[in-house]
Amino acid sequence: MGKTELSPARHLELYRDMLLIRRFEEKAAELRMAGLIPGFLHPYIGQEAVAVGICAALGQGAALTSTHRGHGHMLARGASPARMYAELYARRDGYNRAKGGSLHMIDTELGFLGANGIVGGGIPLATGAGLQLKRTGVKAVAVSFFGDGATNEGAFHESLNLASLWKLPVLYVCENNLYGEFTRQDRHQTVKDVAVRAAAYEMPGVIADGNDVLDVHRVAAEAVARALAGDGPTLIEAKTYRHRGHYEGDMGAYRPPEEVAEWLARDPILTFGARLVELHGLPQEGLDAVAAEVEQTLLDAAAFAEASPHPAPEEALEDVYSESYEGMALR
Amino acid sequence: MRTITYAAAICEALAEEMERDDQVFLIGEDIGESGGVFGVTKGLFGRFGGERVLDTPISEEAIVGAAVGASLLGGRPVAEIMFSDFATLAMDMIVNQAAKTHYMTGGRLTAPITIRLVTGTAGATAAQHSQSLEAWFTHTPGLKCVAPATAADAKALMKAAIRDPDPVCIFEHKQLYFSKGDVPDDLEPAVLGEGRIVREGTDVTVVAYLKTLHEAVTAAETLAEEGVSVEVFDPRSLVPFDREGLRASLEKTGRLVIAHEAPQRGGFGAEIAAIAAGELFDLLHAPVVRVCGTNTPMPYAPELEGFVIPNAARIADGIRSLVALEATR
Repeated sequence: MGKTELSPARHLELYRDMLLIRRFEEKAAELRMAGLIPGFLHPYIGQEAVAVGICAALGQGAALTSTHRGHGHMLARGASPARMYAELYARRDGYNRAKGGSLHMIDTELGFLGANGIVGGGIPLATGAGLQLKRTGVKAVAVSFFGDGATNEGAFHESLNLASLWKLPVLYVCENNLYGEFTRQDRHQTVKDVAVRAAAYEMPGVIADGNDVLDVHRVAAEAVARALAGDGPTLIEAKTYRHRGHYEGDMGAYRPPEEVAEWLARDPILTFGARLVELHGLPQEGLDAVAAEVEQTLLDAAAFAEASPHPAPEEALEDVYSESYEGMALR
Repeated sequence: MRTITYAAAICEALAEEMERDDQVFLIGEDIGESGGVFGVTKGLFGRFGGERVLDTPISEEAIVGAAVGASLLGGRPVAEIMFSDFATLAMDMIVNQAAKTHYMTGGRLTAPITIRLVTGTAGATAAQHSQSLEAWFTHTPGLKCVAPATAADAKALMKAAIRDPDPVCIFEHKQLYFSKGDVPDDLEPAVLGEGRIVREGTDVTVVAYLKTLHEAVTAAETLAEEGVSVEVFDPRSLVPFDREGLRASLEKTGRLVIAHEAPQRGGFGAEIAAIAAGELFDLLHAPVVRVCGTNTPMPYAPELEGFVIPNAARIADGIRSLVALEATR
């Protein structure tokens, strides 16, 4: 077993983390339909292997920036589903005290610097986090998750150039799910492999099977080792697919049914579960027990959110600045 | 007390804050060995090294974004936007990221960065190197905005901006860089939100900042010869704004002229006028007069530029119009 390989016990944890993300998102969609969640949701369903594979390779002290599709990254890093649901419910016990919602969730203790409502917005921030880690001599990496669509933003190119120039310890993780919002990749960029864009910045550009958690983990572990050795950033392209629309409520009519069927057959959780049973001889009951535990966790999480108080309307005036200025938010 | 330039005062503030706190570092274009286009950071690269004075590619979004990202992990970066016009290329990082961080995280994170925005005309610098864009930033909750007019204020406000827990935009006027002023040796950081009476008077208050403040002082001297006593008030900080200082001055004068180089329409002067009209109406004896940049881009020719930007003569005319109006009532 190579040093980057994971034990069977860790495999089951990866399976559990992916399933938690999947069920968290499915349940969130139901709760939104039931009128309990007021805002946007951009479900991560189908891409779970990317977040879980990357986060399994990061170790302590990593700083992460995410996207509008950020629940998976946050859960993979170990965030509390209860506080996440509380935020989605727009309640006081939410991660952002009901000021952020899905698009802005953070967990400072986990180094999770935030989902982001701006496509590509987290990429320069992770670059800066990498700069700060390097400046202060902290042996840790910064990670920026983004989609194929974000790689057409200036923020992507400016950041990769800077990180390469300064050899910053950053993993740029492109989750290529083949669509930038409603637009197919071949209609928004001429490259097939986003990874080739790394060549323009003289950094390694590597492709992972984004539906295979172990392949993602392998590639991430190599990138982390490079970053920690002072050899600079890596662009990782994880090829994957979102099972649902761009946001909850988008039916994804712009995608051919046969394409959707093909990717559903490669479901990262089902395929990994089957591998655990077949290769590691894990009994099906083992997977079932994990599923039951996940269900209970999410039931408890939703109950916690439901019980959490609503913010008082005038709390809207707080937190504009670190110190308070009498009346400044109003006049 | 020493007499030094506005640029040197800023440089001193940066150096002293870098000495005080290892987390303070500078990031921007050509600020390192070259010392900056206007020479503001001259000598800092030699003194603090390339690890603390970071020369960047021409990538404004990455400059501000890297500053914000570093600040989230404890850094205290000072990002230079070589010409404030180029802030357009970094607006997502300034407006959507830095300004919103504290609020949208429910107060759990802050982005304590200082953004140096090199502002105003340098003389024939035309439409893309001359703008006064402060109103874009004062309009964005979450940002603080300061605008020093003198060497001492430049130093005191820079030190305050760097130590402030929130993102602060500091507008530095290009034509003030080489102006000299007295700077006390033991200068403390300014308190944001405290304005200053630059010249006392009893008939009219002129509120002005940056280079226009000096034009207002000249106008006040001219009007004194005509028997009109003009008080000149420098807010120094636009957000937060010294409402009490404005009130105290209007209690004396009851008349208000606002002057700035930025275009009049939607400029920060409109906010000051609205504060006066909405909160201090009882103190006003006359309508508020604005003497601001024309609502045009900045032209190149010196005679056109001179027409666009309010100078002492135009401010004096504004004051006279107010006094004349009073006389006809």
